[in-house]
Amino acid sequence: MAKVNALVLRAAGVNCNEETAYALQLAGADSAEQIHVNRLIEKPAELDRFGFLVVPGGFSYGDDISAGKILARQIELHLGEAMSRFIEAGKLVLGICNGFQVLVKAGLLPGLKPATAGTVTLTSNDSGKYEDRWVHLTPASKHNIFLPASRDPIYLPVAHGEGKLAVREPGVLDALRAADLVAVRYCDAAGAPAAGQFPANPNGSLDDIAGLCNPSGQVFGLMPHPERHVLPTQHPQWTRRGLGEADGLQVFRNGVEFLRGR
Amino acid sequence: MIYRIEIVPKGESDPVGAAAGNEIRLLGIDAVKKVSAGRIFLLEADPADLPRPQAERIAADLLADPVVEQFHIGPTRLGARPQKGGPSPFSKQAEEGAGPLLLIEVFYKPGVMDPVALSTQQAIADMGLKVASIRTGRIYQITTAKKLSDAQIRTISGKVLANECIEQAIVGSAGEAAPPHAPSHEFKLRHIDIRGLNDEQLVELSARGHLFLNVTEMQTIQAYFRKIGREPTDIELETLAQTWSEHCVHKTLKSRVDFSGPDGHRTYENLLADTIAAATKKLNKPWCISVFKDNAGVIEFDDTHAVCFKVETHNHPSALDPYGGAATGIGGCIRDPMGTGMGAKPVANTDIFCFAPPDTPASDVPKGVLHPRRVMRGVVSGVRDYGNRMGIPTVNGAIFFDDRYLGNPLVFCGNVGLMDRGKCFKHQQAGDAIVVVGGRTGRDGIHGATFSSGELTHTHEDEFSHAVQIGNAITEKKMADVLDQARDRDLYNAITDCGAGGLSSAVGEMGEELGATVNLETVPLKYAGLSYTEIWISEAQERMVLAAPQAKVKELLALFASEDVEATVIGTFTGDKKLKLFYKDEAVGEIEMKFLHDGLPKYVRKAEWKPDFGLRIADCGLKDQKVAAVQSEIRNPESEMDYSEALLRLLGHYNIASKEWVVRQYDHEVQGGSAVKPLVGVANDGPGDGAVFTPVLGSRKGVALACGLSPRLGDLDPYQMALHAIDECVRNLVCVGADFGRIAILDNFCWGNCSKPDRFGSLVLAAQACHDGALAYGTPFISGKDSLNNEFVTDDGRVITIPPTLLISGIAIVPDVTGCLTMDAKAAGNVLVVVGETQAALAGSHYELTDGGTGRRGDGETTKVDLAVGPQTARAVADAIAKKLVRSAHDVSEGGLAVAISEMAFAGGLGVDADLAKAPAQSATPESILFGESPSRYLLEVEPGKLADLDKALAGIPHAVVGAFTATGRVELKLAGKPAIAAGSAELKQAWQSPLNWK
Repeated sequence: MAKVNALVLRAAGVNCNEETAYALQLAGADSAEQIHVNRLIEKPAELDRFGFLVVPGGFSYGDDISAGKILARQIELHLGEAMSRFIEAGKLVLGICNGFQVLVKAGLLPGLKPATAGTVTLTSNDSGKYEDRWVHLTPASKHNIFLPASRDPIYLPVAHGEGKLAVREPGVLDALRAADLVAVRYCDAAGAPAAGQFPANPNGSLDDIAGLCNPSGQVFGLMPHPERHVLPTQHPQWTRRGLGEADGLQVFRNGVEFLRGR
Repeated sequence: MIYRIEIVPKGESDPVGAAAGNEIRLLGIDAVKKVSAGRIFLLEADPADLPRPQAERIAADLLADPVVEQFHIGPTRLGARPQKGGPSPFSKQAEEGAGPLLLIEVFYKPGVMDPVALSTQQAIADMGLKVASIRTGRIYQITTAKKLSDAQIRTISGKVLANECIEQAIVGSAGEAAPPHAPSHEFKLRHIDIRGLNDEQLVELSARGHLFLNVTEMQTIQAYFRKIGREPTDIELETLAQTWSEHCVHKTLKSRVDFSGPDGHRTYENLLADTIAAATKKLNKPWCISVFKDNAGVIEFDDTHAVCFKVETHNHPSALDPYGGAATGIGGCIRDPMGTGMGAKPVANTDIFCFAPPDTPASDVPKGVLHPRRVMRGVVSGVRDYGNRMGIPTVNGAIFFDDRYLGNPLVFCGNVGLMDRGKCFKHQQAGDAIVVVGGRTGRDGIHGATFSSGELTHTHEDEFSHAVQIGNAITEKKMADVLDQARDRDLYNAITDCGAGGLSSAVGEMGEELGATVNLETVPLKYAGLSYTEIWISEAQERMVLAAPQAKVKELLALFASEDVEATVIGTFTGDKKLKLFYKDEAVGEIEMKFLHDGLPKYVRKAEWKPDFGLRIADCGLKDQKVAAVQSEIRNPESEMDYSEALLRLLGHYNIASKEWVVRQYDHEVQGGSAVKPLVGVANDGPGDGAVFTPVLGSRKGVALACGLSPRLGDLDPYQMALHAIDECVRNLVCVGADFGRIAILDNFCWGNCSKPDRFGSLVLAAQACHDGALAYGTPFISGKDSLNNEFVTDDGRVITIPPTLLISGIAIVPDVTGCLTMDAKAAGNVLVVVGETQAALAGSHYELTDGGTGRRGDGETTKVDLAVGPQTARAVADAIAKKLVRSAHDVSEGGLAVAISEMAFAGGLGVDADLAKAPAQSATPESILFGESPSRYLLEVEPGKLADLDKALAGIPHAVVGAFTATGRVELKLAGKPAIAAGSAELKQAWQSPLNWK
């Protein structure tokens, strides 16, 4: 079986790297190294050692200018070629929260052809403020390797101020739907669409979109934090419901198993 | 030249503008119909380096988001000139209102930290382009229904859009130029003539230099320089003032005290040592690793780890600039664990605030004071933005409201760090290099330590704006990331934070036993023009000081450089026990470490307390009409009581109401350790008693955090106030499943001016209570901090003194977090058990405040903590929880049993039916049973089958089954069979949620 070596990208202001590496280990990855983006920029070929790249949550470069923008620019400017090679080799990329913002702003998501940079963005929540709250999500895309479409909602926390997905023109949303790139949507506890209603849709995101994948399903980004629900005691109501399976773990496990079977 | 890049939203969505519009209308300026917000970047560049097409590339590819924003380069296109109206590219709707448009631009003042500018500069360099400087700003386009008056425009620009302490607002759009480059500093060594001064002149010198030293201290300094036969330099005098400041050495708490109280006279040789520290010493807990010595107190966690905890205050800066003050408060507090031992990893934040009520009428807000609503918003945003960016979960907190926090809001920031058991102590050596790491040094924060030790007046806003600092969380986060690696690679021998007093304090303290030589011109500066003294005492944020062995300096500097963090050698720890300061090879200061650290003359203080002091002090800051209004509310005991109505009012009292609006803005789950969250229950919105997290991923061992404070009792009985705070903190910890035998606590005293014997008298009583309480509960104090002089002198001469406020913060070990509890009721049919006796007293309770009671003037007997019963009850409840006999547990505090029972029911989405006459009580009245705030009481939800075992576990402790949770959704509380309260859980929850559910 193939070894699964994961890279958790660090940069100034990234702050969910340790628990993301822990989630990867829990999910069975053989290794989960936390590497600073400066090291990759010095030697982009380092990326080739890994099969699973996670851009974790945090506030890369303080989210100064806009969320994820500066790290996205660094990836575009210095790692574009290495990233293309990585994705073309059938490897996996996961962006969580700030990492999702980075992948979108670097044009790696949604990965529509022709180039998608500047068609989709993540912008300020309708509430105008950062919020940490738990949300229900419906996995919606058949392609998504990490979280294939399912009727059963999963429960994860969001914690962000700029998570509202917006598109440049309505046609972009049609294209996303047509290509089955809407990977997760906000919904209620029973799985019914949030229909834009706060707090089920926590940020006013278009079409309740919480995450996107690329056409091959190998690149997935989402605002909610799967790495914050990999232990039963992380569930906000475990003292009521007992200690059950943690919903976020499957995101990492599916990725690890996919790479294992390649 | 300067490229002015203006970026505005493309569509209708503009939360920033909308929020500003709401705030303006809240101030009563209804003519404002709409506010739109945009961003401005001023790029200063030589056109040869940056031709216009390149500037456009920066705007298009980096600064603007093409999906939701548009940009242009050049003078603004928003509206015409202010107040002249005109079409707006912001929004088509703005045109239809047909009112005049007003433009306001806001920029940081020159020299104020601008984090976005720093990041942008780096990102532009990354694109291979070159700019000389960047300034960022905001532009607001305000659509009005009619022309605003100049006063209204001043209110909008000064009270909502800009904080004039750190920002400048420009009405109209001038495209403000980047700041002129600061001139370089012209060196001139300054000596201060002190040897020939008389006492009066000494006092005058201290005041003029903002040294905040008293005459005895000035005389001591004079004697030292007379002895060594020369005048001091300015830097020597400043170093002494910083090192001897109240903020740095706590001279009041360490003073010799002559106390006279209701029980006669008492003398303390050193108040802190004889009370709080003495209790810790007597308890002698083997799990205390380092107490009171380092930047934070350290206790054992597991076999390989320790945890440390520190709570700081940042009150004075937060009064002037709530956002920046609170942000740097949390930033500074995080550096305490980072600078404890060989450095801990910050794993949790806790924040407690005291404000005046947010609905205080604007006319009651004195000159020089920000409105409490603005203070609260700013403080919460500051803590949010800094704590969240640091990636540290904010897991616990409290907010307390009282009119007397108007001029002196209190901001307590706490941080817990995780460290290796083997790295809890420093060992700096002679010969080690002094290395400063992190942020650069600027003119920010000059005189913070001495300023925070004085009283605020309405002119301080102007005089001390340079004491306000702006934080840059990412600088601190980057530094923390590298420090972890440097520590694990053993690249340094000691570390401390650079906080109050700046390098002066950090180097002075670390070199106390060794001596140090510092070359001040080597310190990296944000901009030119700082004098050697400013470099030495600047409190610029995000800096730490290391002692590194010379052989490892190269590797250390390379490691920091590899992640873009500055690290610079600025001197050497010598071994000659002298502090020697140089600027470009000129000697500018030399003081013996012994004099610096031991020369401070001991304070001798008088303290006095009589039972009527508290209310007298409370009254003197009130406006006359306010006293009258409060008196008119004195309850008519004949009137018919509606207890349901009283309960609704209590639930809606700011001190009791839900703080969800605040809690949700904090990331309380980052790092993945969250096990008991601050909001709990069936809808994730019930008020948790304490928080529990697992700092070591993969281990089920947890840390519980909670706090207690009871300022209202402080007016009446400061001794009981302190005991109530300790008891409440312990209750909160016990209720979430902490090990009762492994609780450590911290003290934070925030008081009025303690050179006044009446203020100091109440502090002495509280300190004595800390001693007695810590011994009784077996909870050692491991660290603490005080902030005195929290008095505000208004322009009409009134002195508003804060209520004596002692915050007790608790940290406890949880053996296995899967045994934790939350406070929400779990199932209908489970019984409700009240543990602990209710006392009759109501003085100082919230019932008094809300039910037409006596308001702040409540007097008479307060409830009392029994130092035998309180700890016994806590231990028994903790045992019952450990034996898994309890389904949920809740602390009974503000608002008493009725409030606490309602909270359990609505957090669990259930009803409850109980007869509170069954609750254990000593001659209690109906009001005290329902709403009294007696200490040492707990509510337990118990499955009926476990009652017999619970009775055994609680043997000897007063407790009773009073009723059961129901599926009716109604809270039905009776007294001896007679209905006292009947209300829907949802209705009660609504009353509790609505007051602070801000947009």
